[in-house]
Amino acid sequence: MLRQATRLLSRPLFSNRSCVRAFATDVPATPSPDTAFVESWKKVIPNIEPPKTPSSFMSQRPPAPSTIPTKITVNFVLPYASELASKEVDMVIIPATTGQMGVLPGHVPTIAELKPGILSVHEGNDVTKYFLSSGFAFVHANSVADIIAVEAVPIAHIDPSLVQKGLAEFTQKLSSASTDLEKAEAQIGVDVHSALNSALSG
Amino acid sequence: MRLGVDVKKNVIVTISSDKGLCGGINSTSVKISKALHKFSGPDKETKYVVLGEKAKAQMVRDSKKDILLTIAELQKNPLNYTQVSVLADDILKNVEFDALRIVFNKFHSVVSFLPTISTVLSPEIVEREAESGGKLGELDSYEVEGGETKAEILQNLSEFQFSCVLFNAVLENACSEQGARMSAMDSSSRNAGDMLDRLTLTYNRTRQASITTELIEIISGASALEG
Repeated sequence: MLRQATRLLSRPLFSNRSCVRAFATDVPATPSPDTAFVESWKKVIPNIEPPKTPSSFMSQRPPAPSTIPTKITVNFVLPYASELASKEVDMVIIPATTGQMGVLPGHVPTIAELKPGILSVHEGNDVTKYFLSSGFAFVHANSVADIIAVEAVPIAHIDPSLVQKGLAEFTQKLSSASTDLEKAEAQIGVDVHSALNSALSG
Repeated sequence: MRLGVDVKKNVIVTISSDKGLCGGINSTSVKISKALHKFSGPDKETKYVVLGEKAKAQMVRDSKKDILLTIAELQKNPLNYTQVSVLADDILKNVEFDALRIVFNKFHSVVSFLPTISTVLSPEIVEREAESGGKLGELDSYEVEGGETKAEILQNLSEFQFSCVLFNAVLENACSEQGARMSAMDSSSRNAGDMLDRLTLTYNRTRQASITTELIEIISGASALEG
């Protein structure tokens, strides 16, 4: 009978633990909120709880290790999806405005603005290529690369005939553009389509 | 970024919903915005940009002269980054600021929403803070690729950051609005159900009482005739 009792006691505890799911916003180690701000808020506005800031929801960036790590961690995000999240790879080549930039582990911290072009992710012998429209890339001292793009597609999803048609259309628009705004828009169209073209062929 | 950074021109972007019946989240946002205005102090210039009808209605009452821009019908089409980036562009063109404080409700769970403030600093202030060290001091250690000057890239980055942060804030607020509406409607349905039960009992009791009264009248009338 005692054996039955202990079994009955342990069962609900176990099922509770397996049912509880962490909130999506649970983070392992949160840094302390801005204490100076909280105190000065409480002095001026004692009745309302001080509001939170985004830093109280984020986890602290891990510090730069003393030896260069063997792999670089890539976070590749779009506004509506996260393509690669903390993926360990050997190298990424990003299309910066100054040209294709290769990023290896131990790269100097950089902020780079991106132009339309191909992002290639190299892991061992696999290479995954994405065409991205534009955005920013950050390389941090601890060999983490954050690439934020406005739009990105894998190369396989691009239709070559539509690219040719778009290029012809925008080149025609550029030659017939009258105002500066129209010229700028047509130029952007031509740039993106020619980048797409070279992405498909190269 | 940093709420503690001291700037002269603050612009508070308050995000709220267009439709009502969503509980207290819009009032919370407006309360926090007004508190932030008070917090910045009387000698600093603080203006508002209001997104959403509900906050506009509440703020126009006493802070009408401080409102620079109001935007309504944000959720007519499903929220996407393109729409928000155009909106961010609009705000950046028409508003002069040293720091933008975006006030919104962050979705924590279906019944809990945390008022949050996101800060976006203008490129000049970023330069100033990076040089003076402190929280943004690490920015200087980053090499900036491309462009003529570092300032040009930082300007683009600041605009990109604003559009991304605004997109995040708008999405979180929309989520919180749906959650708040769900719990508000749930509790009001439950209250209405309770009231219905109580009234049904009262109705039945009253109906039975009136039938009993009629019967008593008839029977006493009949017995008066006999006796």
